[in-house]
Amino acid sequence: MSIAISGVSKRFGSFTALDDVSVEVATGSLTALLGPSGSGKSTLLRVVAGLERPDAGSVAIGGRDVTGRPPQERGVGFVFQHYAAFKHMTVWDNVAFGLTIRKRPRAEIRERVAELLALVQLEGLARRYPAQLSGGQRQRMGLARALAVDPEVLLLDEPFGALDARVRGELRAWLRRLHDETRTTTVVVTHDQEEAMEVADEIVVMNHGRVEQVAGPRELYEHPANEFVLTFVGGANRLGDAFVRPHDLELAHEPGATTREAMVRRIAHVGFEVRLELVREDGQPLSVQLTRDEAEQLELERGQIVHVRPLRETTFS
Amino acid sequence: MRRAALRATVLGYLAAILLAPLALVARRAFEGGAGRAWSAVSDPDTVHAFELTLGITAIAVPLNTLFGVVCALAIVRGRFPGKGLLNAFVDLPLALSPVVVGLSLFLLFGRGGWLYGLFEAHGVRVLFAPPSMVLATVFVSLPFVAREVVPALRELGEEQEQAARTLGASSRQTFRRITLPAIRWALVYGVVLTTARCLGEYGAVAVVSGRIEGRTETATLRVQDRYESLDLTGAYGISLALAAIAVCVLVAMTLLRPRREA
Repeated sequence: MSIAISGVSKRFGSFTALDDVSVEVATGSLTALLGPSGSGKSTLLRVVAGLERPDAGSVAIGGRDVTGRPPQERGVGFVFQHYAAFKHMTVWDNVAFGLTIRKRPRAEIRERVAELLALVQLEGLARRYPAQLSGGQRQRMGLARALAVDPEVLLLDEPFGALDARVRGELRAWLRRLHDETRTTTVVVTHDQEEAMEVADEIVVMNHGRVEQVAGPRELYEHPANEFVLTFVGGANRLGDAFVRPHDLELAHEPGATTREAMVRRIAHVGFEVRLELVREDGQPLSVQLTRDEAEQLELERGQIVHVRPLRETTFS
Repeated sequence: MRRAALRATVLGYLAAILLAPLALVARRAFEGGAGRAWSAVSDPDTVHAFELTLGITAIAVPLNTLFGVVCALAIVRGRFPGKGLLNAFVDLPLALSPVVVGLSLFLLFGRGGWLYGLFEAHGVRVLFAPPSMVLATVFVSLPFVAREVVPALRELGEEQEQAARTLGASSRQTFRRITLPAIRWALVYGVVLTTARCLGEYGAVAVVSGRIEGRTETATLRVQDRYESLDLTGAYGISLALAAIAVCVLVAMTLLRPRREA
């Protein structure tokens, strides 16, 4: 089901969480709402779910205006950052909740819950209580619970934000596979640009309650609409009026026509890449990304003077 | 060593403050033999006093349970002006002397009071009758359920309820299946405290009831009445029975409450 958000505004006291936001989410897509904290991305997701009432604007799911409708009438599945597990129920009862509420036949519930627990690999833990699960397991339970009612739209609010990096990576890949299989329209809120790029077809970048840009991961990185998107997605150095990505800088030992002088302040080896922190003569910092081989050839050392040349620059008029 | 000393101090204090007087009451009650104690307690006016106390409690506890839960929900979840005021007012009965409560009911319903015309003027007896006694008891036992449930609701947070809503539960289903199970032990404890307070109420009821023997005399008033009539066996016997009811309520709660949550 498609989601159409138009002209939505929401204030909390004097804080403007959403400022006239309009976003279209296509049927069957996986869309990420990306932004720093306080950008309004979670509020927007909660408005879609009906957990927050907008001050202005409307929300339609599958062409049906649901603006005034309560959450239970919207056909959405919602996954919370802190799991929102029903603590007094077993894993099984948590997953069965939506079906029990809908008074489905017992045999159907049993079959569906077993199927979902297998899907999220929690078969053996059905009789446990949430307190007896790890964070990753709890969130998988949260996903199974949301999927149990066959939602038209799956909404995930920073679903992996409270998990450690490895589990986060696994669940991210799993979510992507799940979406490829089910093709349920999915919206995931994240502040992690890497997560958004890896998982989503389409990314909505938000800042200060407004939409900065809507684009696919590649388009977003290569053609950012403005300075905020450029610096938030991937990071960039400022050289005069232009911006340069850290990997679009070339280093050399000898000065050239278009080079600038800088000193190596820090070298960090992060797997296949080497991250350098340089300082220019005027004191401005520069971050540079090199491959391991490039760095080895240059034989860099701390305190060394190098000459930097930008390979690709972006300017905003 | 220090822990042993601490334990001894606490237990000793409890024994001196609670158990010793209670034991003394028990001894006095049975001084003239079990037969005399029993006949003092089974006197018709005394039986009526117990029935009245239990009757008032049976009305006041459900009312205050309902009010307490609604009030706690409003305090924790509500977004309305005057919330702070509500929060403060719930505690008012704890701060106010019961005698003052009784007196204000007297002024409210008595001749010339604001509500005199609504009830007493039409022959509906409020003062010197059970209605005012119920009102007084409801007022003094008001805060307990709300005070217990508020922290439980705060701890529960809103996310589980929101999750239930997105899964298709109406607000009623959400309350029954998510909120109520989460607050149930706080609720039970609140009910027990309310019950104890209702059974033991004296001051406010003493003012509004008129203390008519066999009609508007509750168990606690009966104790005072017996004591003043120099029927010490009766006074101690009723006291002991009241204490026994209180102990039963506490024991019942301890048994109901699962160990891990205690």
